[in-house]
Amino acid sequence: MLKSEIYLDYAANTPADPKVVKRFADTELGFFGNPNSKHRAGEKAKAEMAAVTADIAELLKVSSNEIIYTSGSTESNNTAIKGIVERTQAGSRVITTPLEHSSVNACMDHLRKKGYEVLEVKIDKSGAVDLEDLESLITENTVLFAVSAIDSETGSIRNIEDIKKVVKKHPDCMLHVDATQAIGKIDFDMEGCDTVSLSAHKFFGLNGSGLLVKRRHVKMDPLLNGGSSTTIFRSGTPTLALAAAMDEALKLALENLDERFEKVKELNRYLRLKLKDLPQVIVISPEDAVPHILNLAVDGIRGVNMQRMLDEKGIYVSVKSACADAGLPSRAVMALTGDRRISNSSFRVSLSYLTEKEELDELIKALKEILADSLG
Amino acid sequence: MKALIAMSGGVDSSTAAYLMQQDGYECEGVTMRLYHNEDVGVCTYHTCCSEKDIDDAADVAYKLDIPYEVVDYVADFEEKVIDKFVKTYEAGGTPNPCIDCNKYMKFDKLLEEALKRGDDYIVTGHYARVEKDEKTGRFLLKKAADLTKDQSYVLYNLTQDELSHIKFPLGEMTKNEARDIAESKGFVNARKHDSEDICFVPDGDYVKFMEQYTGKKYPEGNFIDPEGNVIGKHRGAVRYTIGQRKGLGIAAGHPIYVCAKDMKANTVTVGEHERLFTRRFVADTMNWIAFDGLKESIHCKCKARYRQIEQPCVVNPLDNGKIEVIFDEPQRAVTVGQAAVLYDGDVVIGGGTIAEVGDLS
Repeated sequence: MLKSEIYLDYAANTPADPKVVKRFADTELGFFGNPNSKHRAGEKAKAEMAAVTADIAELLKVSSNEIIYTSGSTESNNTAIKGIVERTQAGSRVITTPLEHSSVNACMDHLRKKGYEVLEVKIDKSGAVDLEDLESLITENTVLFAVSAIDSETGSIRNIEDIKKVVKKHPDCMLHVDATQAIGKIDFDMEGCDTVSLSAHKFFGLNGSGLLVKRRHVKMDPLLNGGSSTTIFRSGTPTLALAAAMDEALKLALENLDERFEKVKELNRYLRLKLKDLPQVIVISPEDAVPHILNLAVDGIRGVNMQRMLDEKGIYVSVKSACADAGLPSRAVMALTGDRRISNSSFRVSLSYLTEKEELDELIKALKEILADSLG
Repeated sequence: MKALIAMSGGVDSSTAAYLMQQDGYECEGVTMRLYHNEDVGVCTYHTCCSEKDIDDAADVAYKLDIPYEVVDYVADFEEKVIDKFVKTYEAGGTPNPCIDCNKYMKFDKLLEEALKRGDDYIVTGHYARVEKDEKTGRFLLKKAADLTKDQSYVLYNLTQDELSHIKFPLGEMTKNEARDIAESKGFVNARKHDSEDICFVPDGDYVKFMEQYTGKKYPEGNFIDPEGNVIGKHRGAVRYTIGQRKGLGIAAGHPIYVCAKDMKANTVTVGEHERLFTRRFVADTMNWIAFDGLKESIHCKCKARYRQIEQPCVVNPLDNGKIEVIFDEPQRAVTVGQAAVLYDGDVVIGGGTIAEVGDLS
């Protein structure tokens, strides 16, 4: 039976897994003490917090003391980028790419205003960072390279392993990886990264819950000052139930990673095949992008209008990253294609293991109708 | 030749962009972001009027296949336009923020941006005309061909240098013609309503806006009659404008009007209709377009607020670049803070801000 709503915007938000919601509720109801209170209720919560954190650390193959709980990747990115860069003197160099989320771009604008030098490294058509260019940009004065593992708009994958090798040669330059779109989709190795951002709501966890993994050696100032919480790098009463929900979501995502990946890969193959019948639809995502994200464009139809027309047919896709400014062409698509018109026409279909082939058939049918109506 | 189109998302600037493109200019569209939702007391979860405007402008730019960008002038707009708006009200005047926005945002900051980008002209959808006087070599600002839409009043601050880089493609057109062009091109905003309100006070409640903006409460005070007798309570002097009759809450048995405000004493003077009429005012911060400055008295016409037909007057130069304007006939509700613009037929001679009002005793 067909659903009345076809959700193809999993890269923006995933529905919470019922198991995650249950774990949240059980923890919230079972532990009422503040983990930092020195009585038995507090001690009990603290012990659970320690257990949950150890669990998460094990899943991510890092140490418990390297886990910083945040409200999500926007906060994680802000904490890492500002926290690392702003302890260095103005004029220091920071490097990023044109394929970043607005929470990274906005930090870069902020740093520029504070007098830091922000440069963008070149990328190739598949979204890989030009390593020679990166090498040439990292000077003695360079304190950070901030890069996404996968960009949210096209799903293109950065050559993180190669990047690690280049950055490692420069001990004063930290490597911050925004792995928001990678965790739960592909294998991601924290080894060699200095800081890593992730967000639970991208892998069937709860909104308002994220992590910043900060390796022990990284020198960073906190963004939020206050009591010591679980770490001095992010104050605020520890949110045990959210941490437990994060643990649950992460566990489910990693346990089922391969199976879910294969399912999505098949869906992607199917969709790309079906799209061959619609020559007006341009596929922007590189062939080797993650199968979860397929960025498309129809020359002559603005992305936002395509989104609206699909919405009218009960199909939810997105234009740019949901967080980016209205009206402007997609920066990521512009960086990959160099084509303004296509960047304005692009829209994103994103899949998950919950997607069904019938839903993709509906998408194809709807696109056919829209093309017939709009382009004649 | 390259042109930067200041696109508001409205029908006029959209048609202007199209006309420039038809004229063979290489065009790019820019929308100035002037404030954020939160700044104007609109919740972020509402579809903001400015987001809608940006989307409309982007849509038109897409149709015309021209580059389009949003430039962030939020900080400047607050400093140059909103702050002055609030200060003028607090000082007892009635501001015209659109004039300041034209002066400081469109034809200062945005023109500078255009020249920096290598554009030859900045283009807006204003209804007015720029002409070069071949005899004197000066650029003249003239009323629009469609007098019902003429906007030369809000453009009196333009300098010679600015005028040499400005195009108003709608100057010879009627509003309906502009709409018809937009419609024939399939622009989304072809039938969009004209904006009449102050853009950053979308609900028109400027006192609520000012109270949020400043964190102040404008205190109650007394209504007084021209002899100084207290005849009622007002709800904050900033709420009232000269000439206002409605909403005073005073039962006088005959129509009475706001005729003066004393912000220091926090009193609002109300009186009979005749008291609103005055022949004389002084204006400062003058900008002259038709010539460099006023050396001797002239007889011309003056418009002392947006919706007034210009009236014959004598203009006398005063010290410090100020002018004294004496209307041939007494005029109603001449108000401090409003712009006074001088005309010779269709030509804008110059203009300034009304600084003091009242006949010499």
